[in-house]
Amino acid sequence: MYELKINGETRSVDVDGDTPLLWVIRDELNLTGTKFGCGVAACGACTVHVNGEPTRSCQLPIEDAAGLEVTTIEGLDGPVAQAVQAAWQEIDVPQCGYCQSGQIMQAIGLLSENPKPSDADIDNSMAGNICRCGTYVRIRGAIHKAAGKLEI
Amino acid sequence: MMKSLSKESHTSRRGFLLGASGTAAALVVGFRPGKASLAAGGDGLVHNPFVRITPDNVVTVIAKHFETGQGSATGLSTLVAEELDADWGQVVVEWAPADATVYNNLHWGAFQGTGGSSAIANSFMQYRKAGAAARDILVRAAAGAWKVPAVEIKAAKGRLIHEVSGRDASFGEMVPHAAGLQAVEEPTLKDPAKFGLIGKSIPRKDTLAKTTGEAVFALDVRVPGMVTAVLQRPPKFGGKVASFDASETMKVRGVVDVKSVERGVAVYAKNTWAAIKGREALQVVWDETGAELRGTDEIFADYEALAKQAGAVARQDGDAGTALAQASKKVAATFRFPYLAHAPMEPLNCVIRSDDRSAEVWTGSQFPTMEQGVTAAILGLKPEQVKIHTVYAGGSFGRRATPNADYVAEAAMVAKAIDGRSPVHLVWTREDDIRGGFYRPLNLHRVEAGIDEQGHPVGWHQRIVGQSILAGTPFEEFLIKDGIDATSVEGAQNLSYYMPNITVDLHSPKVGVPVLWWRSVGHTHTGYSTEVMIDMLAELAGEDPVEYRLKHMKDHPRHQGVLRLAAEKADWGSELPEGWARGVAVHESFNSYVAEIAEIAVEDGGAIRVKRIVCAVDCGLAINPDVVVAQMESGIVYGLGTAIRNAVTFDGGEVEQDNFPVYEPLRISEMPEIEVHIVASSEAPTGVGEPGTPPVAPAVANAVYAAKGERIFTLPFSESGVEFA
Ligand code: FES
Ligand code: FES
Repeated sequence: MYELKINGETRSVDVDGDTPLLWVIRDELNLTGTKFGCGVAACGACTVHVNGEPTRSCQLPIEDAAGLEVTTIEGLDGPVAQAVQAAWQEIDVPQCGYCQSGQIMQAIGLLSENPKPSDADIDNSMAGNICRCGTYVRIRGAIHKAAGKLEI
Repeated sequence: MMKSLSKESHTSRRGFLLGASGTAAALVVGFRPGKASLAAGGDGLVHNPFVRITPDNVVTVIAKHFETGQGSATGLSTLVAEELDADWGQVVVEWAPADATVYNNLHWGAFQGTGGSSAIANSFMQYRKAGAAARDILVRAAAGAWKVPAVEIKAAKGRLIHEVSGRDASFGEMVPHAAGLQAVEEPTLKDPAKFGLIGKSIPRKDTLAKTTGEAVFALDVRVPGMVTAVLQRPPKFGGKVASFDASETMKVRGVVDVKSVERGVAVYAKNTWAAIKGREALQVVWDETGAELRGTDEIFADYEALAKQAGAVARQDGDAGTALAQASKKVAATFRFPYLAHAPMEPLNCVIRSDDRSAEVWTGSQFPTMEQGVTAAILGLKPEQVKIHTVYAGGSFGRRATPNADYVAEAAMVAKAIDGRSPVHLVWTREDDIRGGFYRPLNLHRVEAGIDEQGHPVGWHQRIVGQSILAGTPFEEFLIKDGIDATSVEGAQNLSYYMPNITVDLHSPKVGVPVLWWRSVGHTHTGYSTEVMIDMLAELAGEDPVEYRLKHMKDHPRHQGVLRLAAEKADWGSELPEGWARGVAVHESFNSYVAEIAEIAVEDGGAIRVKRIVCAVDCGLAINPDVVVAQMESGIVYGLGTAIRNAVTFDGGEVEQDNFPVYEPLRISEMPEIEVHIVASSEAPTGVGEPGTPPVAPAVANAVYAAKGERIFTLPFSESGVEFA
């Protein structure tokens, strides 16, 4: 049995300790907004916030998650998240949409640290998140737009 | 706004459900496939419903094409909403069930499916008429209710208005009054000059769900009692299970069963991680008697030998041999294109529940009736006993459009192996995906072309060697003629440059690697070889690459149109910073015309950085310009990343790549700026999902030549020693 705090609630799961947080979230807790894309830290589809930091949930075994606070896209809250999601919606970023939970979680992490990122900052922060549909132009645009919203 | 898992759908019912008792009263309108007429028989029934209007004032568009990001759900809804005069906010989308008698692709005969950038092109009149017929009924319903002449009633933004008497009502309010009304055979369509939604960048229907994590993909489908399965497939294509030892697998906590099926060995578990771990512990002995054992180098060597012999003739005008022998100058090149995986972001997966009398399948279904039929055959059911639930697809790029229903068939086999005891979710890992076949075929082109003293092209001989995508599939009879698979030569056979003497011939060798269409199909390689060759001819003639192209594609005004527009917007010919260069390519695919101009910079150390792509597209009437722009961006990123460094290669029959670190897509940090310009047009709409892809690689390659004097004949560029930053 492992306990973890997710989206503000404490939950316990009965799985092997090496089970990646990703599969605990998706299969045990049935929060399916967090996606599986590669399982090897190469795509960012599985990005969640662990203690506020964007983290690849496919790389974090549940046995190491004790005491950590996990937020998934379903648990988003606050002005940065709102600004990011609104910007994403206003410029219709998603195509297939499958990578977008991870992109949004990563972008919120970036803007929480750096409310006015440059293009280079965006490249640095977002380069680990693959979008096979190639929505990068709009992701960049949406991050700048969200930054603008946060300024006001 | 989009219902991704449609509830028990009204669409299976026949006819106008007008004034039906109870709360399900709804107005359902549609047309028979292939005919632009309403099928209102003596019984007043109408088949093939595309739109449903309910008393709660919701307009539900029933989409016959799946949504994999290309925007078809939004596009189809726009067509209906436009003619219906609905308010965009009241429109929701739901997916059609599998039924080719009603929801077939009008370009494909009796087959339901999405592909070839045809979703809007084939539905344009069908969905408009469905909307117009519904509007007409609502107007007459209001006329009856208000006892006023129908001609005095206007519809706008989801309301019916009678100005003279000052009455107005929502569509929903008028649904009960439509009872007994018959649809007209030929509803009047709007004058395009009055379009209010078509041609505008209205918001997509799927964005909200895709920014909150709520959109349901197949991977997110949960059915009570479901187990997850992963399949150990043979390491070499054509291999078969000889024997297996699952003793270690069964010790993995959560694993519930292991079964041998036609495609490999399936490990069933209570969750995905247990299934993956269980598979790692599995020992399988493979029978490789029938397996493909060649490596990439050997396949290329075999293709090169074939390229020395004449192939089946796809086109012959004049006498290319003599013209080339007499040409004043000529060039020849051998192009090599690797196998490519589609690698959609959502790894393939499928949920299936079955019993002796029925089955249900949940997947991002691109060929619903194919998947239905194949599943039924495997499970010993009739097709109508198999219900296909289409959900959002996390990318396809062609991968989900398999003529043998590939991964859905596997899921059916895996479900059958445990006698349908529990619903099964067959999940592919990324490794399974990249090693799983159905690649863009490896191709070798040998091209020779020449010019006369004035620089005019006089002869062109293109010999293509590549596996047939269609041989052995149900599409063979339509698309293979006289030994020529149309998808092997498209884009070369119909070369857009005037060529008095031209031969295009083809070898279609058999290789044991499963191949498939990959975003823009044959154009992925023919667009490259033809546009690099024409660049070489322009150079031979000492002429500007844009001018040369324009001059020699005189009978192709739409090619010229996009090329002129791209050149103008990129300011072709203007001064660039030191170390920068431009390259151009123009190519038609799926009846859409795209020109792209690449600007690149050579960085310190010699690596290339793609700075900007200026794209011009002519896709006829752009239903939603923003979606067209998005698809061009998407096609460019997809084609560029692949050209730079992607290849699936074989060593002794085994795939050498397994996951993104060695099959790495383009990343945001490598992105050029992209500028898309749409040619204003009132021609019928054509596709946009694929046509953005073919021009990007040759445009960049031509820019690399302009910058460094190196021609790139072997793809990916990294194989030719050209590195990108
Ligand atoms: S699934 Fe975790 S980074 Fe790809
Ligand atoms: S939107 Fe499809 S992978 Fe990003």
